[in-house]
Amino acid sequence: MQAVSSPLSGSLIVAAAWVAIAALSLAPSGNAFFARKFAFPLGTLAGLALTAFGLQAIWLAPEQMTLPLGLPDLPFHLRLDPLAGYFLMLLGAVSAGVSIYAAGYFRDETAGRLALIALEYHLFLASMALVILADDAYLFMVAWETMALSSYFLVTTDHKLPAIRSAGFLYLLIAHLGAIAILLCFGVMSGGRGDYTFDALRAAELQPRWATAAFLLAFFGFGAKAGMIPLHAWLPEAHPAAPSPVSALMSGIMLKTAIYGMIRVIYDLIGNVRWEWGMVVLAIGAGTTLFGVLYALMQHDLKRLLAYHSVENIGIILLGFGMSMVFVGFGHPAAGALGLIAALYHTLNHAVFKALLFLGAGSILHATGLRNLNSMGGLIHKMPQTAFYFLVGALAISALPPLNGFVSEWLTFQTALQAPILKNGVVRSLLPLFAATLALAGALTAMCFVKVYGIAFLGRPRAAPTQVQTAQEIHDAGLMERFGMAWLAAGCFVLGLFPTSFLLMLNRVSVSLTRQGLPEAALESNWLWLVPIEPARASYSPIVFLIVIVCVTLLTFILVHRYYHGRVRFSEPWGCGYSEQTARTQDTADAFGQPIRHIFGPLYLMQRHMPAADDAAPRFSLKIHDRHWYWLYLPIARLTEYVSSKIALLQQGKISIYLLYSFLTLIALLIFVR
Amino acid sequence: MTDAPGIAFQILQSVFVVFAAPLLLGWANQCRAWLQNRSAPSILLPYYTLAKLFHKDAVIASNASPLFRITPYVLFGCMWLAAGIVPVLATDLPFAPAADIIALVGVFALARVFSALAAMDIGTSFGGLGARREMLIGFLAEPAMLMILFTAAFISGSTQLNTIVETLARREFAIYPSLAFAAVAFLMVLLAENARIPIDNPTTHLELTMVHEAMILEYSARHLALIEWAVAIKLFAYTTIGIALFVPWGIAAAGDWGALPLAFAALAAKLALAGAGLAFLETLLAKLRLFLAPEFLSTAFLLGVLGMLTHFLMQG
Repeated sequence: MQAVSSPLSGSLIVAAAWVAIAALSLAPSGNAFFARKFAFPLGTLAGLALTAFGLQAIWLAPEQMTLPLGLPDLPFHLRLDPLAGYFLMLLGAVSAGVSIYAAGYFRDETAGRLALIALEYHLFLASMALVILADDAYLFMVAWETMALSSYFLVTTDHKLPAIRSAGFLYLLIAHLGAIAILLCFGVMSGGRGDYTFDALRAAELQPRWATAAFLLAFFGFGAKAGMIPLHAWLPEAHPAAPSPVSALMSGIMLKTAIYGMIRVIYDLIGNVRWEWGMVVLAIGAGTTLFGVLYALMQHDLKRLLAYHSVENIGIILLGFGMSMVFVGFGHPAAGALGLIAALYHTLNHAVFKALLFLGAGSILHATGLRNLNSMGGLIHKMPQTAFYFLVGALAISALPPLNGFVSEWLTFQTALQAPILKNGVVRSLLPLFAATLALAGALTAMCFVKVYGIAFLGRPRAAPTQVQTAQEIHDAGLMERFGMAWLAAGCFVLGLFPTSFLLMLNRVSVSLTRQGLPEAALESNWLWLVPIEPARASYSPIVFLIVIVCVTLLTFILVHRYYHGRVRFSEPWGCGYSEQTARTQDTADAFGQPIRHIFGPLYLMQRHMPAADDAAPRFSLKIHDRHWYWLYLPIARLTEYVSSKIALLQQGKISIYLLYSFLTLIALLIFVR
Repeated sequence: MTDAPGIAFQILQSVFVVFAAPLLLGWANQCRAWLQNRSAPSILLPYYTLAKLFHKDAVIASNASPLFRITPYVLFGCMWLAAGIVPVLATDLPFAPAADIIALVGVFALARVFSALAAMDIGTSFGGLGARREMLIGFLAEPAMLMILFTAAFISGSTQLNTIVETLARREFAIYPSLAFAAVAFLMVLLAENARIPIDNPTTHLELTMVHEAMILEYSARHLALIEWAVAIKLFAYTTIGIALFVPWGIAAAGDWGALPLAFAALAAKLALAGAGLAFLETLLAKLRLFLAPEFLSTAFLLGVLGMLTHFLMQG
């Protein structure tokens, strides 16, 4: 065992602390005293410690450890390298914000529920840390399954509602399909040698055929957890079902462990990346991106909308990752490193702003009891602080400078612009088109968040007072909740304004993974200028950008008020000549998406009910269905049911028949196994 | 170039753009009046309008949020920033490396998002309508714009507008077919992004068709003045981006005072032509139905893609 101060043992202690908090939360005491007062704040501290250990590990040499736990002769192998360090930092930093928020959010829960939530929540965190630290397939799968199960129980917190039970079932099902693929992938990589430590898998030389099989298994296995199409169906069901801090953890961090697994297996364990794999990743990534954002635009349930945006952002990460694989496959490791860095940067960015947005949605839900955008409106007046944090998240996810979402998309664009160095003409012209997909998705995201923000926070309240919780006046988020959101909003600013320090960090991750980083010119630039290749090619300085925009805006403000006047009169909004302007004449979430439905109509499966001219009670309703259900999921479900109904014929319920089966099996074994 | 002359050039250009921008608008309006056989207003009319608006008392809806009140300043700030990045008079400005063309598109997107949010703030039906349409045009125009910029970036091997202009302006004269496609596409995007005919009509207040005007209905006095001014700067910035990409000749280098008069003259001539051309197009074309806008802009996108592919084919 190494010194206690090493990042690996430190991270292990954090994981153990989370397990201990989980166990203590169950302690029988009046009104779940520990879980209510201490569990989440302590979890926050552990998260902050993990951030520090992760940051430290990025700059140190990889570190290994063997724990004599688990089955006999199968000890747990742990390893902390810069890639794992980066993801531990993500886990620690984002979970710290979510945990402190949860400390406020869950304060009104009943004792029993709260103890269970605290138990599952901290087990969930600990299992994610172990997934990242695992250095053998056995521990990896154990941690992976613990993560799936603990999050399943968190999703089904409100298990009394049938819709939530079925959402949980769907999640569990797809999680296990993915787990099977990952298990098979490890099997393929070990090639029957029976040694499942990652060192052995790394050393194994696979035949190209088997390497491709392992790649496909890993890609779809982890993709099921990440929520890429066509395996995304669980995401828009499970995220709205879970309590908001849990949605934030799942969307912000758990999806990222899948990205971690993908990068770990494909770049580290399989190695020898082929460009064809990159094209597969790019194609699926582009499809996921567009699908996610187009379906998000159709939603009026805030949390479901955010879930579809997680699908979209996973697509953006895959676009960067795929470009990286294409460049590496063609023998341009420097450009490949830039793509990988872009993907990893977006991974962290998405974790921060998506967690922030889910927490904001949670505060709205707490304050108003609403998830349906069509009933909201004018919340900026009632919850100004939440409105501010949500605006930061919305601008960040819309990839607007100078916040963080823009930086990673900018890096992805810069990767795509390296296309001319490729020799293959088709791939060379395709890469910019994938970048165009990203541009389209970015602009559509901006539209979607104008809709969310404009309808939820701006305008006038849409719901009749009876629909909103009238018992208490709508209030802003509590102190702890605001703390959590402020932490993540600050993350959006830091990641957006100081990209160079993160670029250096990610360069180190890339070097440790592929032995190749960015060119010298990129690393020599100072902290003010983000230069991915060389200054003449591209540069971006968010700080200068922000300073100039703030100064210019202030200057304008002062000049206008100094030389003219600041006189203001308040009056009713202009009614355009109509006397009746009620809150119902405002745009709704569904109306806002109408142009999209018009343009991309064939992509949706719509069920519309239009009011007729002479309807006594005119009513408009619209349901949008996901086409994947009809061409993929339901046929498979029907096939499974058909096959199992045939297999069920074996089950006759008579003991004599079962004895006959045993007898026949015995005969068969005697014949074939001599 | 971050020495004193460079900074002087930077400030000169930023101030020049802000104060010259309404002139381009006035000139285009004048040309259009002539073409339509009307007696033309003064070329200075946009300035008079701004002065008039600044002196009025602002009327704000009683349920307006702070977002509504800061948006005009943010818009103006964004556009001023854009004016500082685009090489209008000189290349190699000290502030230029802070943002490349992708970030420039980002600045315009930031301004668009803020104006759309402010439009939805009061909760009138027109505001939401305008915001929705504006974002629709925005998401169609942005990929097209990026394709055009990528074509230029591939030719010069850089996304710095500065490097692009230097590559294109200081080279031997050569005809790039890819740039021809890009130029047509850029013109289409310029019309759409600046709320001009055929996508939007800046002079109409007809509820069925207006986009940009619907968003700013609730604004008055100094807020409206700032928005109108920002719109003028945006048109100016877009026009100068077009000039920088497609006809960059005559531009000075920062700190080179001797080349400045020529740069001014060249810019004035190009802008005069551009303004007249804009007026000509607006006289010739009719406004398209809203749902023809996607076709218009996807044509622009396809032209941009064609330009890029042409570049690869000619190179390959």
